[in-house]
Amino acid sequence: MELIQQLVNGISLGSIYALIALGYTMVYGIVRLINFAHGDVFMIGSFVGFYAVTMLHVGFVPALLLAMASCAVLGMIIERIAYKPLRNAARIAVLITAIGVSLLIEYVTIYLRGAQPEAYPSTLMPDRNLELFGVVISSQSLFILGTSLVLMVLLQFIVHRTKIGKAMRAVSHDAEAARLMGINVDNTISATFAIGSALAGAAGVIFGIYYTKIEPLMGILPGLKAFVAAVLGGIGIIPGAMVGGLLLGVIESLVSGLGYSLWRDGAAFVILILILIFRPAGLFGKNVREKV
Amino acid sequence: MKKKRTAGVFFSLVLTAGLLAGCGGNQQGGGSSGGNSGGGGGGDVIKIGANLELSGGVASYGQSIAEGLDLALEEINKEGINGKKLELVKVDNKSEAAEATNGAIKLISQDKVVAIIGSATSTNTLAQVQIANDNKVPIITPSGTSETVTVKDGKVNEFVFRTCFIDPFQGTVAAKFALNDLKVKKAAVLIDSASDYSKGLAASFKETFTAGGGQIVAEEAYVAKDTDFRATLTRIKSKNPEFIFLPGYYEEVGLIVKQARELGLNVPIMGGDGWDSPKLVEIAGKDALNNTYITNHYSSGDPDPKIQEFVKAFKAKYNKAPDAFNALGYDTAYFLVDAIKRAGSADPVKIKDSLAQTKDLQLVTGTFTVDQNHNPVKSAIILEYKDGQQQFKTKVNP
Repeated sequence: MELIQQLVNGISLGSIYALIALGYTMVYGIVRLINFAHGDVFMIGSFVGFYAVTMLHVGFVPALLLAMASCAVLGMIIERIAYKPLRNAARIAVLITAIGVSLLIEYVTIYLRGAQPEAYPSTLMPDRNLELFGVVISSQSLFILGTSLVLMVLLQFIVHRTKIGKAMRAVSHDAEAARLMGINVDNTISATFAIGSALAGAAGVIFGIYYTKIEPLMGILPGLKAFVAAVLGGIGIIPGAMVGGLLLGVIESLVSGLGYSLWRDGAAFVILILILIFRPAGLFGKNVREKV
Repeated sequence: MKKKRTAGVFFSLVLTAGLLAGCGGNQQGGGSSGGNSGGGGGGDVIKIGANLELSGGVASYGQSIAEGLDLALEEINKEGINGKKLELVKVDNKSEAAEATNGAIKLISQDKVVAIIGSATSTNTLAQVQIANDNKVPIITPSGTSETVTVKDGKVNEFVFRTCFIDPFQGTVAAKFALNDLKVKKAAVLIDSASDYSKGLAASFKETFTAGGGQIVAEEAYVAKDTDFRATLTRIKSKNPEFIFLPGYYEEVGLIVKQARELGLNVPIMGGDGWDSPKLVEIAGKDALNNTYITNHYSSGDPDPKIQEFVKAFKAKYNKAPDAFNALGYDTAYFLVDAIKRAGSADPVKIKDSLAQTKDLQLVTGTFTVDQNHNPVKSAIILEYKDGQQQFKTKVNP
């Protein structure tokens, strides 16, 4: 029974990772950029939702939409200011810029409102515990799992079945050729960042409801874990992020459940290293050689 | 360009002149106060220093202590001590150890205080220990609970005292309460692996609990800033403890209590003074906090008349209920005044001797006697959370 409870714990933890990893992997899939600021956009989304609820007194859905919209705008601004001037620069330059943007968002937030934590109002979404054969499942964790699945399907649909998705895939394949075909590359990349960041914003609000406590540095560790999840599933592959997130959550829960709770974060990063050594393309990725 | 340079030279001249003038002024001030033999003890006033965290990371602790000190001084100066009045010189150490050292140097050499009150945290107090011992001026920390503040490598810091109890005492009190009042025999311990405070409380809890016939069925740890504790709590639940000891700070404790209740772990949970924050109730939720207890220095709900008198006076001045830091600041002033009275002199070394001999002094946070390690032997109180409110449960004497 304890094992099943640990699996349930792991899936609920993993759904959060999956939710964040979806945006991560999508941006990477299209722009080939690991957006390290993703975890911080997630934090901003969480705070926007919090202030919407406590100061504007709106309900869950308007708060969620507001957070997603603000994050979409923030994502586009970040891309325009920080990444666009480096479009033709070396990969490492963009990567370092992303880390810089991440720190900038964290510390500007601390400067503006201080480092003290806030607590999400518990009235936003009442939590019920379902008990099945001695295993406790919280209704919120089912909701998170459901949301992640819906968003995954939606994202898959956008990328593979819509016009903008087609443009994204074309840009991802060859930006120059896409431009020659009359695709507005800049707008397409902006749209990619907008969608990815909106997902991060949604994850932020849901995280706030589920874990209650939010603070300006809350994005760092979940951001890194989501990155591990994305790499585990094969970075750039949307269903891979989902599976990677869930798998990572379950592994972490089992490690803690065996009594090695202090090794939990270590386990996540050992997985990252092992995957990068033995299967760099991830579980779902095909090993494609870069053509010279 | 040339104009700018001239202006620059001019400004630097003005600055230098200002500095020189400043130095001259200081020297003069130093000279005149040096005239009072016995430092701040001369004349009609006795100068005491307060080296507190008035800004920075833990500003709320320092500010609360300052409020308590101000109230106490107001009351004390109505009568005076041995015909003299107390004057409090405050310095802000910005919650930084280096600033605390500078503040202590300034208070001793420039203001010639006879004793220093502060700082609020153990780290900032430790930063002044050397200065106090070298200059033979006593310092009293109102709330630095770490054992190392007064005792270093088995040797007592001669000039350092405190008004609060020490970390291991809280663990002992919690263990006795669990055994005798809650009547539990099987306890789980969950600690913050990165905090000495948490480890200190847990170690003394385990020692007392097992010595009293209890059994520790699970020992788990977490890292500060974690947010998901369900896996660890599930493991604890499978060991069927009757009680959980959770010495940590309110940010993580709030989440742990919430998640424990979600998993159906409804046994009593207990912690130390690190829980004491209004944020705890917001994070954990009122319902989850039912059946949890903490050890603390003081409670404004304690029916003791001495405490109620203090609460009334404090409310009249500040229009709010005093917290534990307010009470500790208030008590520190009386602790010092009692020593000065008994010493019959404002000589720092005599004050030190009489601080060390303090016996059965009745204060708001308890009646206490200073032991050979300069730690007060005093009572702790136990609070219970009921619908998000702290309620006075019992007082535990050492």
